[in-house]
This record gives sequence, structure tokens and C-alpha cells, in this order.
Amino acid sequence: MKLGFLVDLNLCMGCKACEIACKVENEVPLSSWRLRVKYIDIGTFPDTSRSFTPLRCNHCESAPCERICPVSALHYLDNGIVNIDSSRCIGCAGCMMACPYGAIYMDPESNTADKCTYCAHRIEGGLMPACVVACPVEANIFGDIEDETSQISHYIMEHQGDVQVRKPEKHTDPKHFYVGGGNQTLNPLAHERIEGYGLFNNITHLKEIGDTHHSMLDRFLNPIFGGHNDHLKNESFVDMPNDASHEEGGH
Amino acid sequence: MDHVSTIEATKAVVTLDVPLPGIIWGWMITLNMWAKSIGTGVILVGAYLLYRHKKEDMPNLRWMMPLISFIALNVFLLFTLLDLHQPLRMVNIFFHPHWTSAITVGAWMASLFTGLVTLMLAIGLLDAFPEVGRHLGIAKTIRGKTALYEKVFPFVVFLAFPVTMYTAIIMAEASARELWAAPAEVIQMLLAAFMVGSASFILIAGKWSESVRKDLSWILMLSVLFSFLMYMGEYFFSFKASEVEATLAYVHSGGEYFVQFWSAMIMGYIIPFFIAFSSLKNENRTMMRFAAVLTFIGLYLAKSTWLEIPQMLSLS
Repeated sequence: MKLGFLVDLNLCMGCKACEIACKVENEVPLSSWRLRVKYIDIGTFPDTSRSFTPLRCNHCESAPCERICPVSALHYLDNGIVNIDSSRCIGCAGCMMACPYGAIYMDPESNTADKCTYCAHRIEGGLMPACVVACPVEANIFGDIEDETSQISHYIMEHQGDVQVRKPEKHTDPKHFYVGGGNQTLNPLAHERIEGYGLFNNITHLKEIGDTHHSMLDRFLNPIFGGHNDHLKNESFVDMPNDASHEEGGH
Repeated sequence: MDHVSTIEATKAVVTLDVPLPGIIWGWMITLNMWAKSIGTGVILVGAYLLYRHKKEDMPNLRWMMPLISFIALNVFLLFTLLDLHQPLRMVNIFFHPHWTSAITVGAWMASLFTGLVTLMLAIGLLDAFPEVGRHLGIAKTIRGKTALYEKVFPFVVFLAFPVTMYTAIIMAEASARELWAAPAEVIQMLLAAFMVGSASFILIAGKWSESVRKDLSWILMLSVLFSFLMYMGEYFFSFKASEVEATLAYVHSGGEYFVQFWSAMIMGYIIPFFIAFSSLKNENRTMMRFAAVLTFIGLYLAKSTWLEIPQMLSLS
């Protein structure tokens, strides 16, 4: 058995129900996300479209995070899920540096790395991942990609030529697929993040990952120098020229 | 309307997303790499000096070499620990090691290396200062094992190479950051060790023979030259992934990291090169010490820049 995920971007309407369901199911703390939906506007007015891209762990078959983890906190399950044992994690952030998809975060409450596990605890109990259940348009398709009769296998076969993964050049062999995606939606270098043009938020970088006072040194220095209140920093340098000449799963 | 016309261009624009992670490995990791370069560099350069010259030419090398290394390695280990979000779980690396991780392999090697350097320091210090701990049983025991210093030293030199270079393998395993390519980083780590190893000795080589000091000038000059050339090659003629191009384009466009990178190159590489070069003909000890201090500063800034810039790139 090899569990995989497929998102049909033609169906996704950006309601963020999956994002919220994931937050609730896994008690993901504020400022952290296991799954998020990114909005991208493509084209030139009036010929424009808005694309929604749910982003989560790709559960790679050759996972760089599993390889770099010094204590096997990140490990494979028999069903192909890249799982994480928070009780073993030392918080070195090596996995965050290794993941090409930015899918791992440092939990500010436990001070350990965390990420999407395809809701491994629900699957163990015979349930679907929370995000799959919450999706109102069934854009999230989950199942065994080694089983030819599974819905995901059918979907992949039916959409041959239009099934993509993020950053295939990394040779991580992701088990998370997209239908209706393209360069603008799946390649972070192919779209701009312009300061001040966000719909609901500015484009920001978190200055600190996890607990801002996580280290022993901080615990000594913070009473003297104060904490890090300016933890949100408005910076981004991805401002690459690109052409959005065709629509990709937009609305 | 100017702003609107900018937005109207044929672009794909992110209009809603979460905040992105900024710098994850920051100054503590920079300090970690910098200190490790000193800790291993003095061993590598010290081994070369001992091979080339008589011990009488550098009378305090036998205890100064492990002392500098010991201090630097402890700084390295301290900040490695402090950077962890769960520092007390560091023991998991020894009880639950995952051998595909360069972090694990490096931690084991660095621990062994530090242990052996500590042993060399104890023997070297007690031999150099016979009055110290004269009545202590442990001191007597260690003094009785003086020959162990020379037996252990070859293993320490051998181990210094992988301990110097393993961080480059960690960076290579951090495959999300294309800028850190293994072959280049391995060579840069080795050159960094020779840079600060020779710089450390230049600061204490006042009473060493002229031929030793000349060798130190050679090592400093050549290591900063090759390291500088490698940085220039990567900076200007990078034929790597588009992510690297985007990262370097960001630095090229100016700003904080542009200033930091070029400050590092001028302070840590260009100035020390010319001082060391001129010192080969007309030695000026004060200027060489100045070059050594600049090398320390420049290397830190260069490491910091190279560590942080790829982390500014959005991965999703």
C-alpha cells in the first residue's frame, strides 16, 4: 500500500475548509499551518483568473526530511506516509531546511518540528484525512496509488498528461499530485509576492520560527534585552519576471 | 494609478498566503561553523608546521594548539546545543542515531574529536607547566602518559578533515537550499579551516622562528585566495538551479546582504591576501596580526551571508 493525495485545482474554489479542518483536527497552533491554500491571480485585466493551490506535505518516497533527521523523528510508515514522532525530535530544524516544499514548521508550543501526516491517526482508525472530509467539492482525492481500483488511481489514469507534482527536478518522488496545475501555480519562482497587494494580509516573513524564546541563551538574555516583539517582518525577495499566458485551474 | 499599472502587467501574483518562514538557521549556526573551522584549522595547520619545522621553532605549539582547538570546539558545541529547540534531547543523537543524517555522523565525529583534543590539551599543559597539579594523582597519571600525545595526534589530524567538512554535507542534505552545493561547500569549509587556523597561529607566533611565520603567511595567503576565487565563481558565474539564480540575483540587486557579502570579501579575503603577500618579502608582524583579525571577521560575515541568503527564498 502506498497512500497518495491528489488535488484537482479545477474543482478547488479556495474556501479553505480543508485548512480549517486540518487546524482543528490536529490542533495546529496559531502562526503554524500543516495545510494552507494559496491564492494566485493570473493574467492581465480583464482577462484574469484566480487560482487556489492547497499546499501540504508531499510525503515523498525519497524524502529529504527523513534523510536529514538525526534521530529518526521523521520516519516512513508502511503505508508510505512520512510520519513524525514529536517526542523524539530535538528541534534542530534540519528537516525544515531540507524540505523543498516548505511543508514543515516548528511547533511554537512543543518546540518540535511538525507537519501534515495525512492524518495518520485517522487512517489507522479507518477514517479519511480531515481535509478530505471537509472539502465541499471533493477536490481532495486520497487513497492507495498502488491499488489500480482506487479512486485516486482512476483519477490519475483519467487525467494522464495533466497530473503534476511540485518541483519534480528535486527527485523526491512526491506522492501528492495536482490536476489542473501549471508553472504559475506550482512553481514559487513563477509568481510574484508583491508587498502591499495582498487581499487580506501583507506579504510577510516570520522572523523567528517556533517559540521566539526557545533557546537556553534566549532565556538568559531576554530578561535583560527584552523579547522579540517585532517577529513579523515585511520582506520578500521573490520578484521574478514571469509570463502568465495561459490559465491554470483558475476561476 | 502607477501602482495599478504595475499590477496589470502579465504576471502571476500571490494575493493571499500565510507568512513565510524567514531565517531558520541564523547567527548561532554561523558561529557554530566559524568556531569549528578554528577548532579543526589549528590542528591541520599545526600538523603541517610540525611536519615542516623543528619543535624548537615553535616552543609553545604543543599546548597552544590543543588549547585553541579546545576552546573553539567548545564554543562550537555550546552553540550547536543552544540552537536546538529541544537542547536536552541532544542525547537522542547518541541513543537513537539515524546514520543517513550528516548531523548524526558529524555529532559523533565532533564528540570524539573534542575528546581526543581534550586529552592532548591535558598532556600538553601538564608537560609545559610542571608545577601545575604536582601533587594531584590524576596529574601524575597523565604526566606518565606523555607519549600518548604523539600517538593520538595522527588520529586527531585524520579526524580533523571530516569534522571540518561534515557541515557541508549537512548543507548538501538540506536540499531545499540549492545554493549549498556539496563539492563547493566541502572545499570552502576546508579552506576556511586553513584560513582561521593560520590566522590563529599568526596571533601567537611572535616568538616563533621566521621560517614558521613565513609558512603561516603562505597558508593564509593561498587559502584566502582560493576561497575568494571560489566565492567569485559562485557569485558571478553560477550555472545552477533557477532557485540559486533567484537567490544570487537578490544579493546582486543590493541591500543588506550585498553590503555584508562584499564587506566579508574585502575584509576577510582581499586585504589579508595583500598583507600576507607583502609580508613574504618584508615581514610586518603588526600588519600580519591585523590581517589575521580581519580574516576572522571576514570569514564570519561570509559564512553568515551564505547561510542566510537561500533561506530568504520562498519555497512554496
